Amino acid sequence: MEQEREILVNLGPQHPSTHGVLRVIAKLDGETVTWCQPDVGYLHRCFEKLAEKRTFPQVVPYTDRTDYLSAITNETCYVEAVEKLFNGAIEVPERAQYIRVMMNEMQRICSHLLALGSMAMDIGAMTPFLYCFRDREKIYSLFERITGGRQLYNYLRIGGVRNDLPEGILGTPSDGEDKADQTLWGFINYFDSYVIPQWRDLVTENRIFQWRTQGVGCLPADVAVAYSASGAVLRGSGVKWDLRKNKPYLIYDRLDFDIPVGTSGRGDCYDRWCVRAEEMVQSSRIVKQCLEWLAENPGPVMAPKVPRVIKPPKGEVYHRIEGSRGEVACYIVSDGGTSPYKVKWRSPCFTHLQLMPYLCPGHKVADLIAILGSIDIVLGEVDR
Amino acid sequence: MVEFWQSLPALLQTWLIGIGKAALFLTWGLLNFCVLLMLDRKISAWMQNRVGPWRVGLWGWIQPFADLFKLFIKELITPSNVDRPLYKLAPFLSFVPAVLPWLVIPLIPNWTPTDLDIGVIYLAAIGGFDVIAVFVAGWSSDNKFSLLGAMRGAAQMISYEVTLVMSIIGVVMMTGSLRLGDIIAAQNAQGLFGWFLFPQIIGFLVYLIGSQAELNRAPFDLLEADSEIVAGYMTEYSGFRWGFFMLSEYLHQAAWAAVATCLFLGGWSGPSIPDILWGLGNLLNGFGALPNAVGNAIVGAGDAIGFLDVGVWGILTGIFWFVFKMYILIFVSMWVRWTLPRVRVDQLMDLGWKFLLPVSLFNICLTGILRYAAVSLDGLPIQLGSLTIRLLGLWI
Repeated sequence: MEQEREILVNLGPQHPSTHGVLRVIAKLDGETVTWCQPDVGYLHRCFEKLAEKRTFPQVVPYTDRTDYLSAITNETCYVEAVEKLFNGAIEVPERAQYIRVMMNEMQRICSHLLALGSMAMDIGAMTPFLYCFRDREKIYSLFERITGGRQLYNYLRIGGVRNDLPEGILGTPSDGEDKADQTLWGFINYFDSYVIPQWRDLVTENRIFQWRTQGVGCLPADVAVAYSASGAVLRGSGVKWDLRKNKPYLIYDRLDFDIPVGTSGRGDCYDRWCVRAEEMVQSSRIVKQCLEWLAENPGPVMAPKVPRVIKPPKGEVYHRIEGSRGEVACYIVSDGGTSPYKVKWRSPCFTHLQLMPYLCPGHKVADLIAILGSIDIVLGEVDR
Repeated sequence: MVEFWQSLPALLQTWLIGIGKAALFLTWGLLNFCVLLMLDRKISAWMQNRVGPWRVGLWGWIQPFADLFKLFIKELITPSNVDRPLYKLAPFLSFVPAVLPWLVIPLIPNWTPTDLDIGVIYLAAIGGFDVIAVFVAGWSSDNKFSLLGAMRGAAQMISYEVTLVMSIIGVVMMTGSLRLGDIIAAQNAQGLFGWFLFPQIIGFLVYLIGSQAELNRAPFDLLEADSEIVAGYMTEYSGFRWGFFMLSEYLHQAAWAAVATCLFLGGWSGPSIPDILWGLGNLLNGFGALPNAVGNAIVGAGDAIGFLDVGVWGILTGIFWFVFKMYILIFVSMWVRWTLPRVRVDQLMDLGWKFLLPVSLFNICLTGILRYAAVSLDGLPIQLGSLTIRLLGLWI
């Protein structure tokens, strides 16, 4: 009788590098992964069912908690979907739209920083992870002054945003590193002049890092599309698709920015890393344009005619935006009442996690962890 | 006191001296462990914008002792399916080879706890011994992660053992002796530039990289890669059994740095305070060509405290330089550890067998050729070298 060569290993749900409570079941032949399957559901919190029992504005804080590292983008998706339900009856003021975009892009920087940091830690470099926390703290201090919350904000309202930016938070374009946690300009200048070069020198151009990520977890463009990947995973494979450009929402069509795509043509972990790093630079460009506009154009931040009780007309709507991790989308059915009849959330992480059985076989265990880091999952969003 | 000592039988004297030496050098080794534990945390904190341990004792320096005490009072959990005798034996198997190198390392000039003729071979032999502990721990734990860690450990430590030994052969060829004391003395004979660091720079670099892998330190810490295989071979260990593994890891690191100091950095040799003054004075005097008041005054000051150069003071200077060089190497190792990502297991093997081993073999050839040239040219290169040293006027 042939002897069993493979061992079955459970990575998780309690494992140091599963980014929360994910269980990956893997078959190993020595060090090589021959088969792997993610098992999700350990963080299921019934978001979609809960939303049916809450009024429309009450759902906003729940959306924060799906992808808790990128709360503002989720709020944007939901709030915009509800506004769409009203068929133009609610007109969001321009200033509120700029604030939303600015917050979205700051959130994207924040989220990508953690994505890069935790991927570096999965590969074995501890220090970049703590550097990412250093810079995230600064963003959180700014967000705390703007919204009152550090991680989960409940800042966007149907029809605008809760409050205008506090005085002095914008700063001036000459603000330097010393004001990085006090003004938005200070942070952006610090980010461009210090953080980006530091990441490039410390990790991106590190030879060992390149050994570990180049040629690992290759995802060809057609497969990426077939698996309905989005965000950095799709763009890492060389597909230039970004909802901010292709299906502009908010005021993205007025802004000037580029869509980075993977350059090597392999669609490996390194490409995904580089796309995220470059996206942070582009986000900082967008934030700068928003800050310039916001400084010159004061105005209201809430639509004038938002009913006290939000009762969208009967109908259904599907709205999608470019979240930090990919395409976040929301499908809402309204029966004309005060609470949604059904909310369906499309989370990019759930889609990306299905790539694991495709990407992992043939690689080593260490690569499995690197691939998991490179597709950047947040379990709160996978399980909802 | 002396009479009482002499009245003891000779055998008892030998035993007492032996026990005394052993106690002294084990304490010195363990002291290194505490300092290293703290340094590792402080240096990592410093590199990562953190503060590190700060509360316990002055600047947190009691922290390692508190950590050890905590480990000591923790429950020793033995999972139900383990191979009990081996599971309990493994921590000690790991500890013993970590302590043994200290027996041949000459910290004090001309005085070694056990002055073995085959010091270098002894070090290589016990260096290959700790792989047994790793494998026993990983196998007996009955855990898949432990087994993976042990598998990696066996492959990694055995392959890097070869590289490591090859990298120090050059030093042995230059000295013609395997005794660590002789190796240091051979380096001292020619001052700073006699350190084998310079002629054996290839060997030194290979040793530096190879020993990181042999010690399982990052970027080669595949055995306990926390993001991949939880804690590798130590996954099922807790309390002081785990503490023994940690203890031996740090002791190994300190021992590695001490051996490197002996082999490549001239051991205890280094200028004493009068040496520095004399050297500086000579330099100012243009090596006797341009005697002037300032230079003479500095030489005079050196003469005045010349007693610092001999006796107990000389020994203390030696200890200072030894520890100083050792900790520089340890700092470099920690610096690397907290900067670089981890390599993958196949890349590690490639690096060891396909790059480091050929390079160290090349180094052996080069050393042999140069040595043959030096002998056949009647020591001309050596004389040229020493002339250079004299011109630099460091330790004349």
